[in-house]
Amino acid sequence: MTEALSGEDVAKQIGERFPNAVTDFDETAVFIRGEDVLDVARFLKEAPGLEFDYLTSITAVDYSEHFEVVYHLTSIKNNHSIVLKVRCYDRDNPRLPSVVSLWQGADFQEREVYDLMGIAFDGHPNLKRIFLWHGFAGHPLRKDFQGNV
Amino acid sequence: MEIVERPYSSDELDAIEAAEIEALRKASREPYPDPIEWSEEDIERNVVISSVDHLIDWCRRFSVWPVNCGLACCAFEMIGLAASRFDISRFGMELFRASPRQADLLLVAGTLTWKMAPALKRIYDQMPEPKWVVAMGSCAISGGPFRDSYSVVNGVNLILPVDVYIPGCPPRPEALMHGLILLHQKISKETVLKKR
Amino acid sequence: MFKTEPIMINFGPQHPSTHGVFRMRITFDGERIVDLEPIFGYLHRGIEKLGESKTYAQIIPYTDRLDYLASMTNNHAYVLAVEKLAGIEVPERAEYLRVIMAELMRIASHLMTVGFMLNEMGAFFTPLLYMWREREKILDLFEMVCGQRLTYNYMRIGGVSHDIPEEFMPALRRFIDEMPGFIDEYDQLLAENEILLARTKGVGILPAEKAINCSVSGPVLRASGVKWDLRKADPYSVYDRFDFEIPTCQNGDVYDRYRMRILEMRQSVRIIEQAMAQLPGGEFRAKVPATLRPPKGEAYGHVEGPKGELGFYLVSDGSPNPYRFHIRAPALLNLTVLRDLCVGRLLADALVILGSIDICMGEVDR
Repeated sequence: MTEALSGEDVAKQIGERFPNAVTDFDETAVFIRGEDVLDVARFLKEAPGLEFDYLTSITAVDYSEHFEVVYHLTSIKNNHSIVLKVRCYDRDNPRLPSVVSLWQGADFQEREVYDLMGIAFDGHPNLKRIFLWHGFAGHPLRKDFQGNV
Repeated sequence: MEIVERPYSSDELDAIEAAEIEALRKASREPYPDPIEWSEEDIERNVVISSVDHLIDWCRRFSVWPVNCGLACCAFEMIGLAASRFDISRFGMELFRASPRQADLLLVAGTLTWKMAPALKRIYDQMPEPKWVVAMGSCAISGGPFRDSYSVVNGVNLILPVDVYIPGCPPRPEALMHGLILLHQKISKETVLKKR
Repeated sequence: MFKTEPIMINFGPQHPSTHGVFRMRITFDGERIVDLEPIFGYLHRGIEKLGESKTYAQIIPYTDRLDYLASMTNNHAYVLAVEKLAGIEVPERAEYLRVIMAELMRIASHLMTVGFMLNEMGAFFTPLLYMWREREKILDLFEMVCGQRLTYNYMRIGGVSHDIPEEFMPALRRFIDEMPGFIDEYDQLLAENEILLARTKGVGILPAEKAINCSVSGPVLRASGVKWDLRKADPYSVYDRFDFEIPTCQNGDVYDRYRMRILEMRQSVRIIEQAMAQLPGGEFRAKVPATLRPPKGEAYGHVEGPKGELGFYLVSDGSPNPYRFHIRAPALLNLTVLRDLCVGRLLADALVILGSIDICMGEVDR
């Protein structure tokens, strides 16, 4: 069985290396600060005992006061998984560092989050809309999207 | 291998495509009227079809060549019809042409989105006369289960005039065959001199 | 005196070989591909947004239309995620029925993959029609159970929608008895074929490290030598009660990905035989309220589909509609490697590589 690591254990390990990065944790997820995403992700990918080499998915949820970007990470080597979450409080121009340099599988998924939710990723080689066309007005998955639904 | 400089930048091409999509979306508010001059009342009032028309219509309806336009799930029932169990080859229709210039029938199978709409219109425009359009499946008729979505065209008839509508989600190959036989009946009532 | 320029062609959304409405902008230097840009979105129907305005049970038909070649798998993954979120126990008979349907679906999907891949190599329709013959038998079995041939809507939250009729088991028995013979027939006709070997051996080699880094999953990952299958690594449903193997291949080229599908079909037949022998009696659906209101929270449920790891991420806020409904599409992530595999090769190779990665646009675009 893939062991879902507890948020507390992983938060402790991250906290030892990056003291201010962790903002919160619960049974399955660790919440970290936006600026530290790339460093924490690199640590999770390379630290012995963690070695999260497989990025399962990146997605984003719109809670009305903030956005939450959710990273599901898995380790094929050690057969365990963790959920990493980042809260963005900026509604007008949310930005996060991109993890494409660590996991190339993030390429299309970050473009999807940009297209449908409007969160931009710094450092992405080709950040443009992927499903909708250039110049489409708005970001459909936001809760305040005025469109056809 | 080094990347040579591209003749056109990707962003320029995307912007041109987006302008086309928006223009088509603005222009397609009302559905096209269905070409219904073949229904029974009209035929009785109009001229009797001559024997030349009979021959030409017979030739046309037993060699209708569709264009490959399977967009979504309905495409697999269309291919199922072309396979050996249901077999449209007995109607002369198994030749799905890749190029629209050699085809007579645009069989729209699947959901049409606004991003795909200019491409579909271009395929229709490239087909030579006489040509017919069949809307297969509920997504092509009216948007289907995705009618409320922000990116789906609510029916192919917003963009093209449709001759036969085949309901179903997806319609069974037998239902598609019934729709195509109705199309053959329509073709058998056309006169050569009539302007479309 | 002479100047050379790269040429850019558009491998348009309407094309017989692109497995649906998929578009590529390819830049060539002579005959060699220099750059390839995949463009999607031509079938983007907004299923994730539509899901937020429907109840949990109303979303099940939408999941059918994602990967329309493997609808049972999509249903299975979704109801698994909802059951995880709401904490619902599924009766045993339902679990066994789900496994039988999922494995039959895997066989049908792999038949199509191999058939269409050979279609693109130029064996115009002959292998595809042979494989279609078996797929029609599988579709008849599904029609017996739930009345539909393509988009089944068979699984429900807490079980399945109908119990199997009496004619199902004898028909399934007949099918399972003759299927290994047919798989051997395909293998015999294709595996030693000169043209197939020349066009697929050494083409599109995907190393294991790159495959893991690019979030590839399913047969494409296993063909590169990584032994990772969710049915063994993170067993769901009743897969831990069956005895089957996870085949892997060494090289990671197109030939190995073709081989993987043949080997996986054989393993699926094994699983179905065991499931048929162990099928218990009992309820086929748990008691679930008509309007399900799961407790606040989130869940991620995933299955090993024929194309890879299909996952659903659901966030609930206590109301009958999900707050957020996200689909982890294997075909979209498997396409991450397309550009790197095709650069430096000929256009004909690009088509064959695309066929071996096996995409379905309903899933890529959602």
